[in-house]
Amino acid sequence: MDYSFDVALVVETFPILMRGFLVTLELWLPSLGIGLAAGFLLALARLSRSRLLRGGSLVYIELFRDTPVLIQLIWFYYAFPILIGVQLSPFAAALLGLALNTSAYGAEIFRGGIQSIARGQWEGAKALGMRHADVLRRIILPQVFKLMLPAFTNRAVEVAKMSSLASVLSVHELMYQGRLLSSTYYRPFEILTTVAVVYFVLIYPATFLSMTLERRMAGKG
Amino acid sequence: MPDPIMPVSIPSAASPPATILQVSGLHKWFGALHVLRGIDFSVAAGERVAIIGGSGSGKSTFLRCLNFMEMPTSGRIALDGTPLGRVSAGKPDAVRYPESELCQVRERVGMVFQQFNLFPHMTVLENAMEGLVTVKRMKKAEARERALRELDKVGLGDKADVYPGRLSGGQQQRVAIARALAMEPEILLFDEPTSSLDPELVGEVLRVIRQLAEEGRTMLLVTHELGFAYHFATKVIFLADGVFHEVGTPDEVLKHPRQERTRAFLDRFTEFSF
Ligand SMILES: Nc1ncnc2c1ncn2[C@@H]1O[C@H](COP(=O)(O)OP(=O)(O)OP(=O)(O)O)[C@@H](O)[C@H]1O
Ligand SMILES: [Mg+2]
Repeated sequence: MDYSFDVALVVETFPILMRGFLVTLELWLPSLGIGLAAGFLLALARLSRSRLLRGGSLVYIELFRDTPVLIQLIWFYYAFPILIGVQLSPFAAALLGLALNTSAYGAEIFRGGIQSIARGQWEGAKALGMRHADVLRRIILPQVFKLMLPAFTNRAVEVAKMSSLASVLSVHELMYQGRLLSSTYYRPFEILTTVAVVYFVLIYPATFLSMTLERRMAGKG
Repeated sequence: MPDPIMPVSIPSAASPPATILQVSGLHKWFGALHVLRGIDFSVAAGERVAIIGGSGSGKSTFLRCLNFMEMPTSGRIALDGTPLGRVSAGKPDAVRYPESELCQVRERVGMVFQQFNLFPHMTVLENAMEGLVTVKRMKKAEARERALRELDKVGLGDKADVYPGRLSGGQQQRVAIARALAMEPEILLFDEPTSSLDPELVGEVLRVIRQLAEEGRTMLLVTHELGFAYHFATKVIFLADGVFHEVGTPDEVLKHPRQERTRAFLDRFTEFSF
């Protein structure tokens, strides 16, 4: 293999990739934040006493978990506007798709966490005269957050990776810029390798954090 | 308003201690399993009741119905003479219990569990303060002071800033007692408080309970420690087949049981001595 790696091209195109990187961040962090917050509410609905809330949230969660993310993003761009009568920008459609997808997975993390807290914790708190909502807020959720931190970090990693799919909607994020540049310069090797490295630098710290947390928790036993 | 109105009862010098809690016609079903089969019972201020009986006889279920950790299937429970819950017209068995009412009852009827159920993410002090801050809406400083007082009482004032996970089982159970005491309950329920402890840790917990007895607190205790029950209780109940099979003073029930069934049960505890 005698391929000469064009370093100058990488240096030249790097600012453009960085613009894409910023858009990736703009997709990633808000969809993660909104998704987990909505996921928390969904989990409460899943565990609520109302059959309607339980059923509705179950359908929502399964729809998002059992269809490809790619379809979801494309659907929000091309199909959803027909439903609501308003055209969404590619960025808005991608953000919406990623956030709702995250909410479905986040809901399952929260639900699993809440259910994993032993019944005795509920009883210990209720026996003091605490209301259901206070037990959840003061006793259950603080333990869930701690317990589920590795799972949330994993989700963050997944969302970062999924955000690259927004390129199919022509959202100018990192993947989109990479594909554009590699076809403009006919140098896919340099450009796409750089894109992969940038993703790695973005995602690795989160993976590392998640592994460390998991190890620390396993150690505590 | 869900607030039950408490009738004022003025005990005269000659009248017996006021009844705090009264149970009538209590039944509890778990699915097809009929665990409590019609129990009538009352507790007066200062009484100490020991509940004994075979495994699975419904001792825990009975105790847990008193603070609504389990919902009675039928029957009524009254606190200070006021029946709890609402009856829907035409359905005398379907009693509804608003959350606010259950919370008020639990504030007044404290419980100590076999498995302690301390909050692992809070320090010992925070555990003891939790009910005061969240339920009684007490100021932090005041709650802290009262919680520390109760921790001192159970001999754990020096462990205030430790997390429960670092304590022995006996210490954890004493924290759980302090947490319940901090609420100043009128009745304390203990469900086998020493059953999950290593034998050498049982004594420290029983000592705390005995101290509470000396203070004249009203308590119900489910236990397999018959020797302790004998000295602790003013009244002993033998629960079998979902009913109170025999009720009496410790002497009557534990030393001179009238029922064959009680005798057979006591005979299994060969090593127990008064
Ligand atoms: N939540 C529940 N759901 C179904 N069955 C239950 C439940 N709680 C208790 N039971 C059953 O009710 C019966 C009485 O249980 P309970 O715990 O009151 O007995 P116990 O006298 O406290 O026994 P032990 O001495 O073993 O603690 C048992 O057969 C038990 O399996
Ligand atoms: Mg029991």
